[in-house]
Formats: sequence, structure tokens, C-alpha cells
Amino acid sequence: MSIPDFTGIEPESSWTGLKSDEAWPRQPALSIRGLSKRFGDLVAVDSIDLDVPVGSFYGLVGPNGAGKTTTLSMSTGLMRPDSGTIRIQGVDVWEHPLEAKRLVGVLADGVRLFDRLTGEQLVTYSGLLSGMDRPTVAVRVADLLRLLDLEVAAGTLVVDYSAGMTKKIALACALVHAPRLLVLDEPFESVDPVSAANIRDILAGYVKSGGTVIVSSHAMDLVQRMCDHVAVIAAGRVLAAGTIDEVRAGASLEDRFVELVGGRHHSEGPEWLRIS
Amino acid sequence: MVAHLLKLRLLVLKNTLLRSPWQLVAVIFGGVYGLGLLASGGAGLFFLSRAPVDLIRTVTVLGGSILVLGWILIPLLASGIDVTLAPDKLRTFPIPLNQLLLGLFVSGVLGVPGIMTLLLSLATIGTWWQYPLLALAAMACAVVAAATCVVGSRMVVSLATVFFSGRRFREVIGLVALVLLLLSGPIIGTLTTGFGTASFSTLASYAEVLSWTPLGAVWAVPAELAAGNGITAGAKFLIAVATLVAATLLWRHNLAAVLVTPPHSTNRHTGAGARAGKLGLFARMPGTPAGAVAARCLTYWMRDPRYGRQLTSLLIAPALMVFYSILFDSTNFLIAIGPFLALTLSLAIFSDVSYDSTAFAAHLASGIRGIDDRRGRIVAISVFAVPITLLSVIVPIAFAGTWALLPAILGLSIGLLLSGFGLSSVTSATIVMPVPAPGENPFASRPGGGFSAMVSTFATWGILSLLVLPEIALLVTQLITGQLFWGWLALLVGIALGIVFLRLGVRRGGVRLDVRGADLFESLQRQR
Repeated sequence: MSIPDFTGIEPESSWTGLKSDEAWPRQPALSIRGLSKRFGDLVAVDSIDLDVPVGSFYGLVGPNGAGKTTTLSMSTGLMRPDSGTIRIQGVDVWEHPLEAKRLVGVLADGVRLFDRLTGEQLVTYSGLLSGMDRPTVAVRVADLLRLLDLEVAAGTLVVDYSAGMTKKIALACALVHAPRLLVLDEPFESVDPVSAANIRDILAGYVKSGGTVIVSSHAMDLVQRMCDHVAVIAAGRVLAAGTIDEVRAGASLEDRFVELVGGRHHSEGPEWLRIS
Repeated sequence: MVAHLLKLRLLVLKNTLLRSPWQLVAVIFGGVYGLGLLASGGAGLFFLSRAPVDLIRTVTVLGGSILVLGWILIPLLASGIDVTLAPDKLRTFPIPLNQLLLGLFVSGVLGVPGIMTLLLSLATIGTWWQYPLLALAAMACAVVAAATCVVGSRMVVSLATVFFSGRRFREVIGLVALVLLLLSGPIIGTLTTGFGTASFSTLASYAEVLSWTPLGAVWAVPAELAAGNGITAGAKFLIAVATLVAATLLWRHNLAAVLVTPPHSTNRHTGAGARAGKLGLFARMPGTPAGAVAARCLTYWMRDPRYGRQLTSLLIAPALMVFYSILFDSTNFLIAIGPFLALTLSLAIFSDVSYDSTAFAAHLASGIRGIDDRRGRIVAISVFAVPITLLSVIVPIAFAGTWALLPAILGLSIGLLLSGFGLSSVTSATIVMPVPAPGENPFASRPGGGFSAMVSTFATWGILSLLVLPEIALLVTQLITGQLFWGWLALLVGIALGIVFLRLGVRRGGVRLDVRGADLFESLQRQR
């Protein structure tokens, strides 16, 4: 199946981006309205609205258990929302899942890979699953392995990879079908600084060429340096969203984050943990 | 420390049961079943006290050997043993090895199967109640026997774990298969001859041999004492104690190895030979989504020990049939191998998505159509399932020379295989089965997992037998009328109906995956 052409889709007034004077594409890369999800008594995501403009490098930050992964899982069709709509470039993820999924590359957190494949096989597998032809896949796999410094480990089983290498190969899987939108859940966790810098370069180039990236992260410094937009999420709600400068309002993102989220303790830890 | 480990074990059990009421039901069922076994076994042993010593020895040795063998083999072949206190999870705690060993042992004895075994072994005291000294000996032997059961099963599991972490698993699988083949004959033989044809002397000679092996020695001691063979009794008791000590030492050795083996401590063969360019099956299968799924599944069939374990279960049916045909001197049993293998193979992909675990996210996120997913999985298993089925139909018939049955049996087998594939395509898109996670010990299981798995498996078998009813009816018609026509009709119907059900199943399973893929994924996530 080929990627459908969405240029003809007329935006609906209720959810289009605000800056209608901009040239096409007018739809945000990702548009979330009234998204909610509960697990039993726990409200993981509480009626979130979020717009990720096309061509933005969007950071999603929040404390542990804030609902970042849940939000991203629902946005990429991995988890069914209780209510709300999610559109990727105008395509409703839960009404036209196959079309929407072709537009997105996903790096999910806490999800296994088919790790009994070699790294090269795994990325090839991802490419073929998205319906690309084999020659194209082969070229892209070679490029990705080179870009991510995984060439020497290409023939090693992914189960034998280190945590950082595993992240990188998962990233390659997300990139191989050249998606319009990249959704990366904790992409830099346990990745070494050199590889992280290389990945940032790749992502920056991708954004510059018109792609959109959403990353979730705990590393405020990284988000502040790398992203142009940010949303702060806590307890399933969006506390602040906008460009980095709007959100941090003069302070550093970390200070602003702590201020928004709260819960900072000022103590030296318990008595028994002071060794001398 | 031992009490602490025991408390941990019970706490884990309690929390697992609270999380899933079905597992509680399973445990209760298991308990009731065990009580039934215990009551009948205990009563039997008590009434045995009036029997002659020879009979007592034969019965206790045979029964006891089966009990010990069950403890050793069941964790390898079927799920059911509760590994909530998996030693590799206790790796990071500073627990002295001997205390850990003792803790694991006690928590093993104090499970439902452990208590049942202990009580059943102690019931041998009832056999000798008229002779207090013999009863005392029986009690000592019962304790040794129950301990051997628990230690033996832990030892086998730890052996499997050690081998598995070295990824020398294929050899172990081969070994297990061989042991199975070698043992299934005698075991089934003992059971069937016990109920039927063979004389008491055959059984007695089996018992005599077994009573000199680690499996049976301990059970023979009181009887030998009763018969006045003091030296024999001493020798057998020595064998029993030596078995227990050896098993304990081996277990301790493996446990020590497991404790210092980090997860995935495999030889990381990076470097030479690890370069790009070796796509394996991905280069051979068609470059389509379905082709990619087929390549991936087939790679897993070859590489993943969990699939390897599924493949070993294929050996059971042929082994049984070969044995029956020898026992009853009839080649008819051989002919059943084909349909049996077709049945086993067709349902082997019944829990395919469960084996994927959360790696299934790759399928879900890629936007592959459900029908391509289904097709790929069926192509992968067909690569070996179709030749195996055809061979296992044709070879036994050639051996038996009953060519007249070929069309009907072939029809039934093809019908089973194709309809089963169709059915599996729907079930694996619907039900998440409790299977070991990727990289986990393929012999690991969840408490109660066996039960819910059993229910869905039986339901699937029931549906499948309905689907192939026409083929069965035609086969029976041929057997009754002796007319070959019905056989050919069975072949025709088997192929035609098989194709219909396969297409139907693939399509329905595919749609189901498209619509409910995310819900399936959520169940997969909950399982881990």
C-alpha cells in the first residue's frame, strides 16, 4: 500500500492549527483533543489537548508516572484511549490506523524488540513490515547502521546488545520508513554521549528537512538545548506548552519544571544514610 | 533467612492470585485434584498392608518411581512448577548459598505438590502399620523420597537454566527429546501392562530393575527389610541417600553458577562474522510484509528455545504410537502418527502472538495489515509442517502396507493442518496465553497458567474436531464399507474444506488484529 496523499484534505475548523495564514500543511503534525485514559482507579491521562506543529522538535517532559508514555502510546496506535481524538497530519489514528501509522515512526519505551534477530535483520524487518521494497530497505538499513555506529554489530543478535546499542537499533527501526512524524519515548536513556550527539544531529537534520520529532525525556538540559517546543505534563495533565522560551519564561527549564511540578524536598536524606 | 524466603514465596503467590482470580480457581482445582489423589493413594497403601511382601514391593517401587520421574520430567516438559522464587532474581542479595538452598528447598516442599508428595510418601507407613520397626523405616524412607522429588526437580530446572544461559540449548532440547523417546516406552508400558495384558511377573521384574536405580531404590527398602534381606535393604537405602546427596550437590553447584551469572551473560560474538550483509531468511523470503513476517517467524522457530520446546512436544505422539504398535503388535497405531502430528503442528501457532510478547509493538506500529501478519506466520510454519505431515502420513502407511488408507488419512491430515492453521489464526489474534517471556527460561511458567492455558487449548481442540468432522466421518465410512471411494472423497473434502477454513480463519483473524490489535497488545503488556 502506498502512502496516501493528504494534500486534498480540508481541515476541520474545530481542531486546525491556529496559524491559518501559514502555507500548507495547515494541520499540526500531531493534534490531540480531550485525550483520557484510566487504569482501574488511576487516571493516567486526564483530558489532554496538545498540538505539535509540523517541523517542530517537541519535548515532552514530566515526572515519573506523569502519563508521558501513555500519551505517546495512544498517539501512535499502541494503546486504545478511553476518550478523545488523535490526528496525525489530519488522519485520525483510531479511525484510519493503517494510514496514520505509515506516517509515524515509533521508538516505544519499555517494549521488547524481536531480539533474536541480528541488528541488520531487525531494521530490515521493520522496513519490510511498513511495506517498503527490499532494495530501498537495504540501502536505508546500511545508511542507518553507519549513522548510528552499529556497523560492527550488524550481524550480532540484538539480545546481545548493550542497553545503549539496543536503543540505537530501535531508533533505526523507527527511522527506516522515513516517517513524517517521529515519536521517541526516552531515546537517549543509556546512550553514550558520542552516540547521543550523533543521534541529535540526525534528528536536527530531519527536522530541518521538514520532519517533526516528539521526544519524551527527563533530561531538562537536553530538552532545552535540543527542542524548540516543550510541554510539561504531570498527573496526566498539560501544565504548560509552547515554545521553549515561552514555557521557561526567563528561568532555566529545569527550575521552571520544578516550579510547575512541585514536590522538591530540601533535606539531606535520613540519618542512617549518613555514613560518617 | 529460610523463614524469610518462605514468607516471600507465599507473599508472591498470594499477590499473583489476588491479581488474577482465574489463577486462584486453578490453584483450588489443583488442590482438590491433589486431595483426591492423596486420599485414594493413601487408602490404597493402607489396604496394601494385607498383601504379600512381593506385591507391596512391586507396587510401591513402580508407583514411587513414577512419582520421582514425574517430579523430574514435568518441569521440563509441561508447565506447572512454580518458579516465583527464581534464584536468578535473588542474585543481588547477599544470601549465603547454603541458606538459599535450604530456603528454596523448604519453599519447594511447602507448595501444593510438595505437601501432597510428602503426605503420599508418608502414607507408606500405613502399609507397614502392623510392624512398628518397619513403619519407622518406611517413615525415614518417605522423608528421603519426598526430599529427592523436590531436590530432583529443582536440580533439573537449575540444569536447564544453566544450559539455557549458555545458549547451548539445542543440545539440551535434543537430550530431552532423546530421554523422552527412551523413557516414554517403558513408562507407558508399565502403565498399560499394569491394567491389561502382561503378567504380574513382568511388572515384578520391572520393579526389581527399578529398585536398583535412583528412581526406585528408596521405595524398596521397607519391603526388603520385611523379606529379611537386610543387606539388600541397606544397599538400596545407600543408593537412595547417595541419590539425594548427589542431586543436592549438583543443584548447589548449578545454583552457585546461576548466582554469579548475570542475565544475558552469553558470549557476545561481536567482531568477526558479525558484520552486515547476512540477512539470512530475510533475503530468501519475498520482500513483502507477509514475507518479512514469515522470515522472522521461521528464524524464531530455529533460534528461540521456547519454540524449540514446542518442537520437542512433536516427538511425543510418534513415540507413543511406535510403542503401542510394538506392544499390541499392530501397525495400525503407526498410521495415526500423521493425523496426530498434523494436529500438533496446526495448533503450534495458536499462541504465536503471546510468544512475541511486547515485541508485537513492531507489528502494531508499522501499520502492517492483520491479514499479512496472519499469512506470514502460516507460511513460516508451513515450510516444515507440510513436509513433516506428508512424510508422517506416507512413511507409516508404506511401512504397514495399507495403501488403501492413504487417501483418507492424507485427507484427514491435510484437513487438520489447514483448518487448524485457520483456527489458530483467529485464536492467536484473540487470546493471550501465559507463555514464558522472550529470553526467559522456556520451562518457566506462571502459577495457574497451566489451567487457563488448558481451558483454551481444550476449547480449540474441540472446535478443530468439529471442523474436521466430515473428514473423520468419511474415513470411518471407508473403514466400515471397505470402499476406497470414500477415502478419495475424504482427500477431496480434506483439501477443499481445509482451504476454505484456512482462508476464512486468516481473513477473520486478520480483521480481528486490525480492529483489536491495541487491546491484544495491552494484554501482552499486562502479562509482563
